[in-house]
Amino acid sequence: MALTEKDVRYVADLAHLDLTEAEVERFLPQLDSILNYVQKLNELDTREIEPMAQVSAGEAPPSLREDESRSSFAPDVALANAPGPGPGFFKVPRVIERE
Amino acid sequence: MDLTALTLANIREALTRRQVSAVELVGAHLARIDQRDTDLRAYLTLSPDRALEQARRIDALIAAGEPLPSLAGVPVAIKDAIITRGVRTTAGSRILQNYIPPYDATVVERLESAGACLLGKTNCDEFAMGSSTENSGYFATRNPHDLTRVPGGSSGGSAAAVAAGLATVALGSDTGGSIRQPAGLCGTVGMMGTYGRVSRFGLVAFASSLDHIGPLGRSVRDVAAVLRVIAGHDPCDSTSVSQPVPDYEAMLDGPVTGFKVGVADEYFNGLSPAIGDSIQKGIDLLAKLGCQITPISLPHTDYAIACYYIIATAEASSNLARYDGVRYGFRASGYDGLAEMYRKTRDGGFGPEVKRRIMLGTHVLSSGYYDAYYLKAQKVRTLITRDFQEAFDDVDVILTPTSPIPAFKLGERLEDPLEMYLADIYTVTADLAGIPGISVPCGKTRVEGEPRLPVGMQILARHFDEARLLQLAYAFEQAGGSEV
Repeated sequence: MALTEKDVRYVADLAHLDLTEAEVERFLPQLDSILNYVQKLNELDTREIEPMAQVSAGEAPPSLREDESRSSFAPDVALANAPGPGPGFFKVPRVIERE
Repeated sequence: MDLTALTLANIREALTRRQVSAVELVGAHLARIDQRDTDLRAYLTLSPDRALEQARRIDALIAAGEPLPSLAGVPVAIKDAIITRGVRTTAGSRILQNYIPPYDATVVERLESAGACLLGKTNCDEFAMGSSTENSGYFATRNPHDLTRVPGGSSGGSAAAVAAGLATVALGSDTGGSIRQPAGLCGTVGMMGTYGRVSRFGLVAFASSLDHIGPLGRSVRDVAAVLRVIAGHDPCDSTSVSQPVPDYEAMLDGPVTGFKVGVADEYFNGLSPAIGDSIQKGIDLLAKLGCQITPISLPHTDYAIACYYIIATAEASSNLARYDGVRYGFRASGYDGLAEMYRKTRDGGFGPEVKRRIMLGTHVLSSGYYDAYYLKAQKVRTLITRDFQEAFDDVDVILTPTSPIPAFKLGERLEDPLEMYLADIYTVTADLAGIPGISVPCGKTRVEGEPRLPVGMQILARHFDEARLLQLAYAFEQAGGSEV
């Protein structure tokens, strides 16, 4: 089940990555080799095994705090690292077409 | 007195006896960084003002005869994957090149409350993805034992800084071995607690079910002391546990005679003799100390790398989705519309290893592949965890080499990503099972015509058995383990 260029572009698309031709060419054999290697897991019969999503699985669920609002960042602090700050919001390219 | 070769106990004594001031201590480290870091490249960002301000506070406490907090005046380095308020934090990536966090990680708050002086942020593989620190978006860090070789990774900067006296202790993070392996390669002590022992709040997330923060230092005692300060429940991290934190330092001196130490064949097959010889000497030393060396089997070890690289990359693909140029970090220019902004930003800001892992992770989670890869890997994770649970029915701790190879030359293993992944074989299992692990220095390689390079010995224990782990590591160290 070798990986194709089409697969690489499809996955890059899902991951919002804009790969160059050179990158696709370079990554294809590398990803193929890694995916080949992980096929190894098929040697194991796991039909009766429960999946483990995280270490504390099976213990008491984490306690949740009360749903009370608490102080957080002031707007200017939250916007301080924004590449495109507006007054009190983050600026991004328009997504809704105007009539 | 060489101020950059002190232990925590030395520092406490020197400060309380007024042999040196906290400001002088920080100054000595900043000077040494100035001298040596051009070659070593351990630090990405220095925070001298913050360190000196804290040092002045400590000196004022000393002058007033006030009691000192446990890490008063201690110069610390923080891996750049851990955020620090007001101090640039990049996680080793260009996508966060100018990011100034608005808050501190919980571990940073705890260190500073305990009086530690933050010298700066250390270099790491980008988003903690790597085993050599060569994947940093900035530059590669060198191994202080041989400047042509890697310090290991991803916490290579922290390990190199501690080994070279550019900090007394440091924090690193470990997802597949990233504290233990660089500690091993640089000849320092490095420890990861049980998953949930130390808060991850403020750790730039790579793989949330595998990430840990932990200490590196030049002695087991120092690592134990730092672990005690940073460990403990944090309401800001829902995976942090409420288990009380023992006084690890006070418990170091416990006797180790009769400790059952498990040694698994699966961790010694195909080991280079350069490493194997030192580890064998380490095992012999433990036997001399009265430990019972017991053969055990961890039968699913061989599947750990495959399991890890599916789970870790899947979680990473999700965690790194937030880097989109909207709220912080790098934003590309010359885009037409939002979708293109995302794509160009991510393509421009991420390095190749990060892209590879995001794509792998996206693939294994995608429709049609989820069961075959991700679900399967989660089941194998259960099997690996069971191996440890069963082994710990028979033994108290498990001993392994930390890394199958000593520090390799810069550039030597960059051709084939898979080859680099396979070197994580001894460390990934602990992250998968969530058990604690430590690497301690265990001699140096003896290969004709080659420099002598540090060998790390890893000790693993049951969940929340850090005290026992540290006891054994301490006994080993005190008996001369680092010089076997």
